[in-house]
Amino acid sequence: MKKIWSKVLCPGEKWSGNIGRGKYIHFKAMGDNANVSMLMYNMRDTSERYNMPDTLKAQYTAYLTTGNILMSDNGRVLASIIEDTCGWHDTISGYLTRKMADKRYGVSKYEMDRNDWLRSGEENFKVELIRNGMGPRDLVPCVNLFAKVYCERDGSMHYDREHCKKDMTVTLRTEMDMIVILSNTPNILDESKAYPAVPIAINIYEAPPVDLLDQCITRRHENYRAFENTWEYYELLGL
Amino acid sequence: MHEFIEKQSKLREEDAVYDDVVMAGDGWMHKLKKGQSFRIVDLKGNQAADTMFYDMTNPADHYGAVATIVAQQSIYLTTGSILRAESGKPLLEITADLTGRHDTLGGACSAQSNTVRYAREKIYMHNCRDSFMLQLANWEDQFLAKRDIAPNINFFMNVPVTKEGGLKFDDGVSSPGKYVEMKALEDTMVLISNCPQLNNPCNAYNPTSIRLLIWD
Repeated sequence: MKKIWSKVLCPGEKWSGNIGRGKYIHFKAMGDNANVSMLMYNMRDTSERYNMPDTLKAQYTAYLTTGNILMSDNGRVLASIIEDTCGWHDTISGYLTRKMADKRYGVSKYEMDRNDWLRSGEENFKVELIRNGMGPRDLVPCVNLFAKVYCERDGSMHYDREHCKKDMTVTLRTEMDMIVILSNTPNILDESKAYPAVPIAINIYEAPPVDLLDQCITRRHENYRAFENTWEYYELLGL
Repeated sequence: MHEFIEKQSKLREEDAVYDDVVMAGDGWMHKLKKGQSFRIVDLKGNQAADTMFYDMTNPADHYGAVATIVAQQSIYLTTGSILRAESGKPLLEITADLTGRHDTLGGACSAQSNTVRYAREKIYMHNCRDSFMLQLANWEDQFLAKRDIAPNINFFMNVPVTKEGGLKFDDGVSSPGKYVEMKALEDTMVLISNCPQLNNPCNAYNPTSIRLLIWD
């Protein structure tokens, strides 16, 4: 399998870029309690983006794991989860705001802390959205890779600090040409006072063509229809 | 604020400055002034009112489903819930609630999500996001666009989530005449689609009218 690109996303670091369809994005947590916030937009039309409600209701789930697809608001598959040793990735708790980072970890300024300053998911996302021709207006619920947030019967939300362990991995397969924005910043519901510092190893590979027996396609009829919508989109584009 | 907090409103219908009915499948867009109270009445029961809010001083700051639930650390909305913009700014507070369960994870139906959830042939069916987009298209300044249609609130809709991570759409917990009422904490734009969905029980397979009232 041909490796195309690799990177270590340091604690607090952000990244954005265009990633074409048909790639594996392999994430590995290099420590316990990782949280990588991720947004995804269609490269050709950024008004089409990852849609948390459509993703969850089509698959009757409140979290993401192997076999799940990450859907856009246009009923297409942006990416699918083909491998996951973690078992639960959150998509209902959003990104760490500047306000919460200051409150929880204390005010951290570049002048004092230089590049060790404690960054927020909010600011990381805003900068990368602007870089890609969008802005805060385009913020939507994100995916939090490696994070588990569950709800009790009464609806209360809980972050599980023991969920993610060192060397756990998750692999996405891109199904559309996307702008991907990543922020390696703590989960907003993680109440520990220490800013988690877990580097994430990212490797991108060429993926083989998807076949109809693929677990993400066969998992539900809904998934298959979302793939059909995606294939149709590229056929009509002539790609 | 986890459990249902049932609370009646003291406001009288005859004192309302606005009182209108929105039929199933129709949209509605209206500016609420800071301090005004806004009531949505489920006239015939089990009707989902898909609702978006925008901060009028900065319409780019749309309703934030996650900002709202994370701030209260609970996914369900009821009396006392503060409805926030994406930036975290409080826009409205729910001041009265007779049904106790309003969803903000299920989002609005669209032609495209209907193809995925039910069948590709369902793409012709009317849906909430079409109603949202028609309202945006007809609004005076046309500032708001598709990118501004973020995940919304479904008043009267029941989307239970289990500890194990299950999620489904259940029969509504509302009945005829029940309402939810909120107070605008800022000048706020309201965008509603009175849900036309016929493929799941969110409207009891029979979408019906809602009544909207505003008080100064």
